[in-house]
This record gives sequence, structure tokens and C-alpha cells, in this order.
Amino acid sequence: MAGEGDLKLLGMVVSPFVVRVRMALHLKGVSYEYIEQDLFNKGELLLRYNPVHKKVPVLIHNGKPVCESLAIVQYVDEVWAASSPSILPTDPHERAVARFWAAYVDDKFFPAWIGIMRAETEEERAKKMSEMAAVVKQLEVALAQCSNGKDFFSGDSVGYLDIAVGCNLFWLDAMRKMFGVVVIDAARTPFFAAWADRFRESDVGKVALPDADIAAEYAKKIQAHRAAAVASK
Amino acid sequence: MAEPVKLIGTFGSPFVHRAEVALRLKGVPYELILEDLTNKSELLLRHNPIHKSVPVLLHGDRPAICESLLIVEYIDEAFDGPPLLPIDPYDRAMARFWAQFIEQKCAKPFWMALWLNDGDKREVFVKEAKENMALLESRLHGKRFFAGDTVGYLDFAACGLALVLGVLAEVTGLSLVGEDEFPLLRRWADDYTSEETVKACLPPREQLVAHFSGKKDRIKLAVNAMACQM
Repeated sequence: MAGEGDLKLLGMVVSPFVVRVRMALHLKGVSYEYIEQDLFNKGELLLRYNPVHKKVPVLIHNGKPVCESLAIVQYVDEVWAASSPSILPTDPHERAVARFWAAYVDDKFFPAWIGIMRAETEEERAKKMSEMAAVVKQLEVALAQCSNGKDFFSGDSVGYLDIAVGCNLFWLDAMRKMFGVVVIDAARTPFFAAWADRFRESDVGKVALPDADIAAEYAKKIQAHRAAAVASK
Repeated sequence: MAEPVKLIGTFGSPFVHRAEVALRLKGVPYELILEDLTNKSELLLRHNPIHKSVPVLLHGDRPAICESLLIVEYIDEAFDGPPLLPIDPYDRAMARFWAQFIEQKCAKPFWMALWLNDGDKREVFVKEAKENMALLESRLHGKRFFAGDTVGYLDFAACGLALVLGVLAEVTGLSLVGEDEFPLLRRWADDYTSEETVKACLPPREQLVAHFSGKKDRIKLAVNAMACQM
């Protein structure tokens, strides 16, 4: 791909925020060097390019870092504006709505499923599931409003809000395997469930969503790590 | 004939201020509807059912836009006038990054520290806030405002800090930040609050002090309750 300059992405295979950025880059057809990070043993590259948060994803474009996944996605959309598709809508009002719901995903949806993942008892998990139910219900409403009856939040094809939500799906699938919980239930939120299936089957979903088993393996690794940390105290 | 613009807000809110200053810089006439947040109107609850907070922007018949920084971006994109966000995509990404940093890593811990009863918990938040304020201050080197020579998006994002450093310090009687600490941020706060357009939509200091003094007990109750759940 000509003209995009030197592009690197510091990531971690099961980070939904990294997956989100990979989806954006794939949508724009941009090639880049992907560098997997060990978050238990943060390397010099990560510490140098994201000294403030020391987190992934970090996009390094011509030596300059961009951090925070939604800021990175918007950056990619703006720099490669000449390549279609446009990730964000073009209308200012639709852009504001898309940004609002993307922020909602990070403020409410992400912590809600993390809560389910980290629950230490069945009782706690059930409590977290019912908190999640309210969030999922909101996203069902958001989907109806944004999609206008079309296949995706962004309309006929995948866009900003689809990848903002969709990058979390493989973790929901992992939790289903690990705990038997169904976060997006077709019986309660039919539109959202249908969208999730369509997203998984979409080109960007198939290319960028990791296997749920990889996430489950990683979850076990984190658990072991935490247990070891507690034991050594 | 321009479509009417209404802004639902509340007195003294830095979040509402962001939307107001953006509208004024773009030269967009608007009607400000002030809410009593202890008695939320049907209008507010209808237009922001999810967060039930201000500001909320109503532009003609379009569905409401919520979240102050998103409102600023919308105003920048929907109306003609001087740009509020940087033009260059990299600078825009930086502005969005630092705005998020200010919200989550500076304003939030400071707010907690100002109102917490527990001295030990307060110390933790003060330490966090100050470490982050130092990082933020480095963004002001060689610049009058975060956005450059004139105020912009990142200055609006930081406006709550101006409130924290001045008015709220007086209201709580807590000087969490020493007079000699963060000289660049203090200078920025003075420059920001005296900028012409900003000043026109900022209430006089005495009114802000009186307003927050009146709310002090209520805020303390809410913050201390929140801290217990953290």
C-alpha cells in the first residue's frame, strides 16, 4: 500500500481495544507492522511510546505515537480519508451519535463484562449479569435508532460504532464457554443478537476477531498470575 | 433562517461551560435553559434518558446531543466559524487523548480529594491528581493556551481545573495545591478565565463561590457515598 509512511501497531492479541484498531486499519486497507506486547513484562517500546498509560493499543505513525483506541480509530479515518469506506458517518449529527454510543460502550459495556469475568462467586456473577442486562438493553435501543432497520449500526456496512461494540464479541463468546453465560440473548435483545451474528460473519469480523479459546486461555493465565500475586503477599 | 439552538445546562457547571464557550466562539446564538439538578425537568429526562445530566444540545428538531466534549466536537463540525479542534489529524488525536486524560486522571481525583472526609483516602487522590497535573502542565510549555495562541478544545476540556484551583479551593478551605505548585497551570487558569469570550459566559467568582458553598454538604454526601463503593 503506497504512501502511508511507516506504520506500527503495539498490541496484545486479546485486547478488545487493540482488535478495534486492527478492524479500523483493515477497513481502510492499510498495511502495518504489528508488534505483540507482553503486558506482564512491558517492553521499552511500549514504555517509550505510551509513557502516560503504558497500555495498548499504540499506533506509531512515522515515529509519532497515537494512544486511546477511539482516538486512534478517528485518526486512521482522518489520515486515510481518501480511502473508502468512511469509518465515521459524514453527517455531524450522526457522528455525534456514533461517538456518544462508542463512549457508552467503553464507560458501561466494557466494565460490565469485565465484572462478569472477574466475579469470584456464582452469586456475584449473577449480580454482574443482571447489571449487564440493563446495558445490553440500551444497546438494543441504540441499534434500532442508529441502524434505521439496516444490517449494522452504521447502516449497510460496518462502521465506527460497529467496531466499537464488535471488538468485544470474542470475549463474550469466551465467557459463554467458560461460565455458560449468554450476554447477548436473542430472546431478550433480538436485534442486537442478530447484529452480533452478522458482525462475526462480516469480512472485518472474520479477519480481526480472535478465537474465543485464545481469550479463555489468556483469562486462565491472568487468574493464575493474580493467585500467585496474592499467595506471595 | 437558522435553526434554533437550545442548551440545557445548570449554573456553575464546567461541563455546560464547555458547550457555551464553543457556541459563542462559533458565533451561534442559543437559548440557555437552566436546570435545577435536584429537580430534573421532563425536558432533560426526555432528551438525556441515559445519563440524565447536563449539558444537552438541541439543534432544531434533531435528537439531543449529550456529553460536553462530544457537543463541542459537534458544534465545531456543524457550524462555520473558527476551528475549535486542531486541523491536523495528529494534533486532533493528541487533543482527544489529553482531554480524556484530564477528565479521568486529573479532574476526577481532584474532585474526590476536595470532598472526601477520610484524610488517608484524600491523600491518595491528591497524590494521583498531582502526578497527573505535572504531566498535563508539560503540555503548556511555550504556549499560552493548550490549543496555542487562542483557546480551543483542550482548554475547554481543562476548564474544570481552573474551577478546582480557584473557587473550589476557597469553598472547601482546602489548599490541596500549594501557591508555588504548577505555575504554568495557574497562569493558564488566569489567562483562560480572563479571555474575552470565556469571561462573557463565566459567572463572577463571588457567585460561583456562593453557589458551591450552598451545595457543599450535598456534594460531600454524594462523594463520600461514592467513595465507599469504590
